[in-house]
Amino acid sequence: MSDVSLTIEAGRVHALIGENGAGKSTLGKIISGVIEPDEGTLTLGARHLVLRSPREALANGIVTIAQETAIVPGLTVAENVYLGSEVATMGFVHRREARRRFRALAGHVGFDLSPDDLAGNLATADKQKVDIMRALSRNASIVVMDEPTAALSSDETAALHKTIRSLARRGSAVVLISHFLSEVLSLSDSITTLRDGRLIRTVDAKSATEESLIEGMLGRSLTAAFPVKAPADVAAPVLLEVEHLSAPGVVDCSLVLRRGEILGISGLVGAGRSELARAIFRDAKVSAGRVRLGDAELAGHSPHRSIQRGLALIPESRKDMGLLMGRSVRENVSLSRLDLVSRLGWIAAIRERRAVSKVLEKTNVKAASMALPAMMLSGGNQQKLLFARSVMCSPSVLIADEPTRGVDVGSKRAIYDLLVEMAHDGMGIIVISSELEEVLGLAHRVLVMRHGRISAELSGEDMNQQAVLAAAFAENVAG
Amino acid sequence: MNNPSADDVDVLEEDGLGRVGLRAGASKLMQSWRMAGIFIPFAILFVILSITSQPFLHTTNLINILDQQAATLCIAAAGTLVLVAGGIDLSVGATYGLATVVAGEIAAHHSPVLAIAAAILTGLVVGLVNGLIVTVFRINALITTLAMSFVIGGVALKVTSGNLIVLSQNSGFYRFANAQFLTIPSAVWMTLVFVVVLGLLLSRTTFGRYMVASGGNAEAARLAGVRVNLIKVVTFTLSGGAAGLGGAIDISRLLSAQAASGGSALSFTVLAGIVVGGTSIAGGQGSVWRTGIGVLFIALIGNGFNLLGIDPLYQQIVLGLILLIAVGLDSWVRLRRR
Repeated sequence: MSDVSLTIEAGRVHALIGENGAGKSTLGKIISGVIEPDEGTLTLGARHLVLRSPREALANGIVTIAQETAIVPGLTVAENVYLGSEVATMGFVHRREARRRFRALAGHVGFDLSPDDLAGNLATADKQKVDIMRALSRNASIVVMDEPTAALSSDETAALHKTIRSLARRGSAVVLISHFLSEVLSLSDSITTLRDGRLIRTVDAKSATEESLIEGMLGRSLTAAFPVKAPADVAAPVLLEVEHLSAPGVVDCSLVLRRGEILGISGLVGAGRSELARAIFRDAKVSAGRVRLGDAELAGHSPHRSIQRGLALIPESRKDMGLLMGRSVRENVSLSRLDLVSRLGWIAAIRERRAVSKVLEKTNVKAASMALPAMMLSGGNQQKLLFARSVMCSPSVLIADEPTRGVDVGSKRAIYDLLVEMAHDGMGIIVISSELEEVLGLAHRVLVMRHGRISAELSGEDMNQQAVLAAAFAENVAG
Repeated sequence: MNNPSADDVDVLEEDGLGRVGLRAGASKLMQSWRMAGIFIPFAILFVILSITSQPFLHTTNLINILDQQAATLCIAAAGTLVLVAGGIDLSVGATYGLATVVAGEIAAHHSPVLAIAAAILTGLVVGLVNGLIVTVFRINALITTLAMSFVIGGVALKVTSGNLIVLSQNSGFYRFANAQFLTIPSAVWMTLVFVVVLGLLLSRTTFGRYMVASGGNAEAARLAGVRVNLIKVVTFTLSGGAAGLGGAIDISRLLSAQAASGGSALSFTVLAGIVVGGTSIAGGQGSVWRTGIGVLFIALIGNGFNLLGIDPLYQQIVLGLILLIAVGLDSWVRLRRR
């Protein structure tokens, strides 16, 4: 990042946008004391600040809510919220008082969390709420939010938006780092666009449009957010057939996926979408039902066998379930198909490099070298690594769970193109996403899940936002 | 595998700012520093001992060190795999003890081959049981192997009824570890082969890659199709087998065995060697070569103290401090990489 100047005003929501690697998170980290700037100064009110740690930032009323949640899994929700600022006398914590304050705060922001649940047992979205509540409990004057809604469902997002607005109304300044342009446009007062570590412009949100923002981020205009859909061939052979599948979080789900088809799965967070994916992938204890992949039946409890039979899964969290962050790009990509580049268990280094570089090229991964640890890559490129791994498996069916979570606009489009191209080459693809536009923009057909069941199947004219939302929220569920 | 510079040939595409390249450089430096970590102090210690102590550089002394460390080296090499795959094995000392008494009891009455095979098999079985408990019942590896070391120690006492087993220098059993080839005893040769094989297994095979993946991020590895449980069971089994082999080597070298030999002291020495060698206690990262150097580094300290006539009391203090420094450096490197 170089030579960026920025003024954040109290009582306003200030958005930072830009592609991954543009420097928005870095800027956020400088404001919150995680990174010290090489040059330049930070002024809060009339005071000149030198922040050496997040703790010093905190002391100055600057609170950060990071992309990755920072909770202690072994403590309860309330204990996490008041971590570091416990209500206590001489070290003894007043539990009842803490719980009371917690309830008041939860009611205020509209979060439905129980103070006594173990934080480690919460879903990602709920963990994030804990983070947010911790920031709120400290009456921060500046709140830096880095992708706060990336893992939230639409109703949770709406609740958070309300919270952000009320924060601003109470006089706090909110720095919002987000990839969701509609969110940025509807929430913020000013929008700063960064590209390649430089400030492009700061504009009033009222005068900005989605197009103008994209143009600022990319330096060019993105013609369409989604690639053109090829018509689905209804007579194409069936690749995947799921019959009456039940597993933890999944109740009696059936679906059919054809060659070249992209099937979207939508629903609220916690509706069982990821659980269904993992049940199909045989990574969960399946209690009933069958999964047929081509001519073979997937049985037992073995992702290993699923991959060998030609089913690949891109899991929802690349950090926790996808990548070996400390290992090289090369090792991460070849992991699932080392058998292709080895003989009697002995890895042929040249063959491995050749095979990996081929799939990296196909998936358009940008890395300085394939010996680089995965953690050194940007979010978009990390996600593409998982695609590269899947491509190397040459599966007949790919399940992509949240394929663009925490990924910038440019990489998003690249991933969409990749999915469409893979479907065009004859793969059957299931896309699970919390972003409704993504599902509608990519899929030929959409399944909506609710409470572990498939509550609707939509295609053609019926496939629109209203219909999906209606099915996702519907009270009476048909099989 | 731990040396990116060796296979860092393909440069794909520079990021627009060249910034990723810079960070790559920094990370590579850190990696190679980690690589060199134990070699540098080892070399320094070696040079110091060569200068200060006349008998140190003598071939007899050096071979003697290797011969004494044969069992520890074998066990630590296999222990490295366990650690890399995300486990830990504290039962190796007890397993070693059991293996020596099993070999001793059998060698007293039967053929040496049978005795050696029984010792190794004993180790393999203990390791397999460890692995199954850890994976099938999902009990923490530290607790499992700690508990197992009590069980095994008890079994070993039962086998010997608490007596010392002494073998005569007659049989082929003595030749197992003491046969000379190029003036170097077979114990050292076997250790060399064993360490090289395990080193290659970790750094050059699919199995090694799977161990690294299982220890680095078990969930990710499983979803990528790695049979994490199988990998872990195999590493524990290898570790047990290595303890069996080590036991067989040592009873052949020393011709005496008792249930209490090895024990927790050996387990901790092995672990110290692995950690001093820079293998991460958190899993997913490590090298058998460096474990070898780590074990020998500790042995050199002991040898140096003896040769220089320093009170052995200080030896333990120094060893403890070195261990702390090694672990401290490991976590420092990990913090810097965040």
